[in-house]
Amino acid sequence: MTKQSIAYVRTDEAPKLPPPSDSTGIVGWLKENILSTMNDFSSPSKTAASVVMMILTVLSLLAAYAMISGMASYLLFTATFSIPEGVTGADACRENGGACWPFIAAKMKLMIYGAYPAEELWRVDVVYLLLAIGIAWMIWEKAPARKLVCTLMLTAFPIVAFILLTGGALHGSWGAKGVWAVIGAGLFGAGIALDRGMAGDSLKAFSGGFKAIGGLFLMIVAVGAIFSIEFGLEPVRTDLWGGLLVTFVVALTGIVASLPLGIILALGRRSQMPVVRLLSVLFIEFWRGVPLITVLFMSSVMLPFFLPPETEFDKLLRALIGVALFSSAYMAEVVRGGLQAIGKGQVEGGMSLGLSYWQQMRLIVLPQALTLVIPGIVNTFIGLFKDTVLVLIIGIFDLLGAVQNQALKDPEWINPTAATTGYLTVGAIFWVFCFGMSRYSMAMERKLYRGHKR
Amino acid sequence: MADTTAGDAQEARSSLASMVYDPKARGIFFQVLIFGLLLIGLYLIINNTLVNLEQLNKKSGFGFLSQTTGFAIFDTLGTWAVGYTPGESTYWDVFLVGAINTVWVAVFSIILSTILGFIIGVMRLSKNVILRSVATVYIEVLRNIPLLLQIFFWIALLTGIAPGKRDDPVSIFGVFFFDSSGIRGPYPISLEGAGVFYASIVIGVIAAFAIGKWAKKRQDATGQQFPSFWVGLGVIIFLPVIVFYAMGQPIELEWPDRGNFGFRPGIGSFIEISFVALWLSLGTYTASFIAEIVRAGILSVSHGQTEGAQALGISANVTLSKVIIPQAMRVIIPPLTSQYLNVTKNSSLAAAIGFPDVVATFSGTALNQVGQEIEMIFMMMMVYLFFSVTTAIFMNWYNARKRLVER
Repeated sequence: MTKQSIAYVRTDEAPKLPPPSDSTGIVGWLKENILSTMNDFSSPSKTAASVVMMILTVLSLLAAYAMISGMASYLLFTATFSIPEGVTGADACRENGGACWPFIAAKMKLMIYGAYPAEELWRVDVVYLLLAIGIAWMIWEKAPARKLVCTLMLTAFPIVAFILLTGGALHGSWGAKGVWAVIGAGLFGAGIALDRGMAGDSLKAFSGGFKAIGGLFLMIVAVGAIFSIEFGLEPVRTDLWGGLLVTFVVALTGIVASLPLGIILALGRRSQMPVVRLLSVLFIEFWRGVPLITVLFMSSVMLPFFLPPETEFDKLLRALIGVALFSSAYMAEVVRGGLQAIGKGQVEGGMSLGLSYWQQMRLIVLPQALTLVIPGIVNTFIGLFKDTVLVLIIGIFDLLGAVQNQALKDPEWINPTAATTGYLTVGAIFWVFCFGMSRYSMAMERKLYRGHKR
Repeated sequence: MADTTAGDAQEARSSLASMVYDPKARGIFFQVLIFGLLLIGLYLIINNTLVNLEQLNKKSGFGFLSQTTGFAIFDTLGTWAVGYTPGESTYWDVFLVGAINTVWVAVFSIILSTILGFIIGVMRLSKNVILRSVATVYIEVLRNIPLLLQIFFWIALLTGIAPGKRDDPVSIFGVFFFDSSGIRGPYPISLEGAGVFYASIVIGVIAAFAIGKWAKKRQDATGQQFPSFWVGLGVIIFLPVIVFYAMGQPIELEWPDRGNFGFRPGIGSFIEISFVALWLSLGTYTASFIAEIVRAGILSVSHGQTEGAQALGISANVTLSKVIIPQAMRVIIPPLTSQYLNVTKNSSLAAAIGFPDVVATFSGTALNQVGQEIEMIFMMMMVYLFFSVTTAIFMNWYNARKRLVER
């Protein structure tokens, strides 16, 4: 019965026909990607939509053509690449009318190092190199010892970079360091003693706090001691720094300082303690509510008033403090997003294991939350990186400031195309960095996507 | 005997221990500690400030606000609205000029960026590969370049292409004239009866809203539709036009006047070139962010919604306006408001090109003359904090309202 054949049912597969000729090749691609949006004339409204699409498409093509041809002619065909004999660079550029590349070549050093002394440039180069190696190492997923490199980049690298760039050898009194070291060691020792149960069980609970504060003091003293060692490097004042160097210093300090601060603020904002919560909210919302310019004005003009009289304070350092506080508020909101995504069960699991609050956070919640918000951290960093140009308003010359306030003010190079060429170059440099970072953040987002999105 | 004392001691110790381990007691302890540290820090800051101010022989307080100024500010909407005149106006007027200009440039940039952002965001989702790539390139280029650089670029471009003050200006439709100082146009002078005309505009808008509300009520009750959009638009346009002619054309236009050395100042309306540069750069830059928000919002509405509407026989236009857009807006509005706030904050970059917004007016000449940094920077920050707080209140209201609609 099952073998009974049904005469009118085909037993063999019908041969595959080739796709219609207008759906393959160039014609098919055009139809699919361009014409399909403008070939519907079945009703008045659809006809109107098709016509609008046609107009928009033609306009877009024209605009794209104008942009590309204009750029090509400005950057290449009418550009000045070399200066003929007996003519100044400015005159040569004025005559050609296009981009003024000799100007960029002449100001390249200014844009990368600022006014950093020529014989000490190798120090900046070493910092750039270390930074490049470290970042490449952290991004490359199969690299060995990534965690170690990451920790070194966040701790050792800033110290090395500081010593190389400034020359180290800070003049701090060893007496003060000694006092702080003794206090720190005392607190740390007390913490250990409490932990051993020497002052009874009831005070054991405070051992962690004592150890943390004592350890912090010891660390600060240690870093200060390293900074005051004489390495035989020529000291370089920060007002000689400039260009890309300042851009990197401001952006990286902002991000490295804002991470721990932001984490503490985010935890504070979700704390059970009303005073802590209120203070965190006020802090975060204040910095998020004001523009970076006013923060920079504040740090450059107001900050000296807040400190004891006769405190000498570096201008770049003041700007860095402002940037760090400002970005820590944004970082706090990013971290808070990650904390919110971690279920309550994680904390409760930690509690049931008898972990303390900080242990729960350090071992369970933060590792998950921070991994989750890596894209957000990178996006904050992109924003911060772009915002570093604002320091030029308070007279610190970053990459844009080196062009706008130094290179373009050079009487030797006054010509109509220098400004545009300079802006295009700076824009291209920023674009490469920001675009690269945004691609990295998107790749991370895809990698972290676990399919739990709605 | 000995047993009981040992027991008492144990009890006393355990009650201390339990207090130490009690989260509540610990919480209070830490909060008092933090609050105490904060007070000490505040005391140190205030004390240092007072000592420093005394050493530098500086005044403090807001008394300077009633002093008269001696410096000029560019002609802008702020100076026009406040009636700023050097020598008569006070520093409070300077502050108002700056605040009004900040609002003005922010509102104009928000309008430009919203329109541009929505167009580009929709283009980014188009099936048409040309439109899609143009939108992608626009977004990726503009949002990855610092805004300040774009502002410098725009002002260099505008001053580069603009004719000089003595040359023939570029005429835009014969109404506006563009030269290196800015854009000039006609200025409306109110004659007798102009008040009625202005009132008619307000009445027209109110009437249009009333018609819309009535039409919605009627549709809810009876199901009958009413073309309230077109009728409302008609009321807004035709009511003022009719009143304008009925009152005998009560408004006269004052055209900008050209002398031998360019346009005469103070005749006709005038927009500074730095405003135009700031407006274009803020608008185009923010549009790239808004486009991404719009795209994410539209993508967040699942395709099932469109299919459901089709299954119910709802036309494509109505599907868009009644099904997709309302749901997309719920996703779009919160980040959109934070972008609007960013525009307001970013408008402070005006200081870099000399447009007299609140930062430029107060941190420039005024700060040099008064020299009270703390008060003046505090006032600057308050302007922006005011906008942030207002936006936050609006967002809370909006979220609450949306939640009500949802359930």
